[in-house]
Amino acid sequence: MISLDTIIFAVSALVAVFGAVMMIGQRNPVASVLYFIVSLVAQAVLYIQLGALFLGAILIIVYAGAIMVLFLFVIMLLNLRGQEDLGGRGPSIGRFSKYLLVTLLVIELAMVVKSSVLPNADVTGISSMVASDFGSVAGVAELLFGKYLYPFELASVLLLAAIVGAVVMAGREKAGDTSAATKPESTSSGSSIGGAGD
Amino acid sequence: MVTIPAFLILAVVIFGIGAVGVLISRNIIVLFMCVELMLNAANLALIAFSRALNIMDGHAFVFLVLAVAAAEAAVGLAILITIFRNRETINIDRFDMLKW
Amino acid sequence: MTEYLFLVPILPLAGFLVNGLLLGRLPRPVVSFLACAPVGLSFLLSVLLFFELKELPPDARVIEQVLFPWISSGSFLANIGFLLDPLSAVMILVVTCVGFVIHLYSIGYMHHDPCFGRYFAFLNLFMFSMLTLVLADNFLFMFVGWEGVGLCSYLLIGFWFEKKSASDAGKKAFIVNRIGDFGFLIGMFIIFWQVGSLDFRVVMEAAPTVFVAGGALITAACILLFMGAIGKSAQIPLYVWLPDAMEGPTPVSALIHAATMVTAGVYMIARSNVLYLLAPDALLVVAIVGALTAIFAATIGLAQNDIKRVLAYSTVSQLGYMFLACGVAAFGAGIFHLMTHAFFKALLFLAAGSVIHAMSGEQDMRKMGGMRRHVPVTYITMLIAALTIAGIPGLSGFFSKDEILWKAFSSPYGHPVLWVIGFLTAGLTAFYMFRLIYLTFHGKGRMDAHTREHLHESPKSMTVPLMVLAVLSVVGGWIGIPHLFGVTNFFERWMAPVMSGAGHDAASHAPAAGGGDTGMEVGLMVATVILVLVAILAARKVYGQTPELSTRLREKTPHLHRLLFNKYYVDEIYGAVIVRPLVNMSIFLWKIVDVLIIDGLINGFATIYDDISQLLRTGQTGRVRSYATVFVAGVVALVAYFLLG
Repeated sequence: MISLDTIIFAVSALVAVFGAVMMIGQRNPVASVLYFIVSLVAQAVLYIQLGALFLGAILIIVYAGAIMVLFLFVIMLLNLRGQEDLGGRGPSIGRFSKYLLVTLLVIELAMVVKSSVLPNADVTGISSMVASDFGSVAGVAELLFGKYLYPFELASVLLLAAIVGAVVMAGREKAGDTSAATKPESTSSGSSIGGAGD
Repeated sequence: MVTIPAFLILAVVIFGIGAVGVLISRNIIVLFMCVELMLNAANLALIAFSRALNIMDGHAFVFLVLAVAAAEAAVGLAILITIFRNRETINIDRFDMLKW
Repeated sequence: MTEYLFLVPILPLAGFLVNGLLLGRLPRPVVSFLACAPVGLSFLLSVLLFFELKELPPDARVIEQVLFPWISSGSFLANIGFLLDPLSAVMILVVTCVGFVIHLYSIGYMHHDPCFGRYFAFLNLFMFSMLTLVLADNFLFMFVGWEGVGLCSYLLIGFWFEKKSASDAGKKAFIVNRIGDFGFLIGMFIIFWQVGSLDFRVVMEAAPTVFVAGGALITAACILLFMGAIGKSAQIPLYVWLPDAMEGPTPVSALIHAATMVTAGVYMIARSNVLYLLAPDALLVVAIVGALTAIFAATIGLAQNDIKRVLAYSTVSQLGYMFLACGVAAFGAGIFHLMTHAFFKALLFLAAGSVIHAMSGEQDMRKMGGMRRHVPVTYITMLIAALTIAGIPGLSGFFSKDEILWKAFSSPYGHPVLWVIGFLTAGLTAFYMFRLIYLTFHGKGRMDAHTREHLHESPKSMTVPLMVLAVLSVVGGWIGIPHLFGVTNFFERWMAPVMSGAGHDAASHAPAAGGGDTGMEVGLMVATVILVLVAILAARKVYGQTPELSTRLREKTPHLHRLLFNKYYVDEIYGAVIVRPLVNMSIFLWKIVDVLIIDGLINGFATIYDDISQLLRTGQTGRVRSYATVFVAGVVALVAYFLLG
């Protein structure tokens, strides 16, 4: 009997993969970005199916909402419309060997997964019993400020460094319109209290 | 019934697609996005494991990965802008000066 | 006085160092003094030491002075030591006396030469080496002197090294000597191996007990030592360097290639007489080689036109006589002839030098003639020397040569055939010697007008040595007059202790070997004298009175003449059989083995690495995607490894 869970999983998985695949071969980079966002949304659904409510939301807000927007800004800044001739597609033997390699990798990793031992994994899956506050904001916050305080603070320093670096590099010597490229970054700071971008 | 390994295999597949994208595309922007895709695949796997083991550490891990991905995207794009100013191209194959 | 023995060789060494280090930049008179004084002092010292030696009783006539141990390794001990006994006393007297005379002569002869100082430095170095050779108390130290004289020979033959023929001659001398020295070394090794020491006294005492008389080892050792003598003293087959050595200045030819260095081989054999008496086969070899060389060289001398070449072949021939003497165990006679030969051969060379000097450098006898009117002193002294070498009774050469011929006939180690060869050679010697005299000094002058104008007698510094040597040539033999004339043979008595009694006894007290005694001796002597006189008269006829006779003689026997004139083509044979293959092998080793194989191998290695690097370089494409591909491939491999392993 195919449950709702299965249907949701199947659909989301297909959409995610579809979006990913379509992202790669587009001539217009904006289209690539949009396909990626589609894939991301599907992945968010999968997160939620796995009980990661907070992270699912964060994925949409931060990733699709900020990082992808950043990409779009850069594309627009560089005025890329896909008219650039990227010089032919290269020898297909190269591409074929790359496909082959990655296929091998996927197969190997699948084998790894198959050979792994997880408690209750093949029995219950997403129907397994979890704590009531599993995946809640409070739960994640407890971990972030408790066990993983140092990494958390270091991550914020990392973000600071990224900001400074981006500003320095992308900025022009004279006053210019650089801030547009970096502004979304400052709003997407994953600092402290689950800040949402605006 | 959806088992955890299903999620894991999905994550592997998405990772593979991202890898193919990295190896194939000549457009730097698309390349970056494929890298982000790979990171996402890893995130998915983490969430799945977290569910399987009934602990939330995976979530915290994903959180930090997201932060790092964001930082890396920002800096990478800044670099891209800089080199685009010099070369007027985003074909990654044009940037091959560190060769023999 | 005995403690000054070491000064005899050291004084000339000091002279060499001073002149050599100062590069002879001092004024000529100073250089001459610095060079001649040490030799003169050595001569005086030798005389004093001789008298001191004479004071000692005959059995104990040995003065030894060891300066310090040179090599002391395990049981092997070789000292820097000097041994003065009757044999070496005679040698140092001869060497220093003739050497001193020639030094004086050189002052005048080399007067015009720019490298005056270098010449005398080398000459002193030679004196040092030669005196070391004859005074050394062990084989190894003697070998040092042996090599030293070889070196000085090279340096002095090639003195005018800018001339290619001179430097080639120097090289030839040294290389040919080296071949002989190889034999000498192996011989020394055998002696050391069996006896355990190289000290003369130790070896001579131990030899009869250590070696089997007539056995393979001692015969081999003696023949090998003789090989060294063949090289140094220019016997067959290693005589080829001596005629070429005439490229050097004439006093050098006189000193080194007549009086002293070439006699080193004879001295060495005389010194080792104990060993040779233990190996009769080796003695036979020595005698045969000596006899053959004597007659062989004499025949070549008949057809040479260069005055110095004639004398060079004459030296080879006379050395053959000395070895013949040693080969029939008449070592004393060999040394006696060495002494007289030193006097008259040096005189002949110096006189030739005087003639050449007068002729402004011309050495071809065909361009001379009638010189006696222009260089009377030279003429008279050279005539005396020629009479001496021919063996006219009363002169020194007569006594010494006759002693050898008699011993060749009568000694238990001798044989009448050897006597015949010596006898014929005596005739040839007289003939070519007087050919030289007549061609050079008699008849009409054949030189061109320019040379004729410049004919002049040599200065006193050159003629006085000639006179001294002439006197010595005359009286030098009177100390060795044989018994049959009723006087004591002083020389023989003096040398007796050294000749281990055996040689003394064997050669001179066994008249039974040749049959008869005094009668036979007189008979042979008379026969020789008659032959010599006939030869002289023949030379007078052919070259002195009717010169056309010589031309007709040459025309009648063109092949023979050509054979003799070209020295039996020996040099050419050596060149084709020995030198050419060696050179070709060297070229092969160079072009093929060295350049092609070894260099190719090494360079090949480098090229391989170069090619590998070129190959590896292509991996650095600079493109991120290819790097990423490789990265992924690596990950795939790694995961596979962990999966499967």
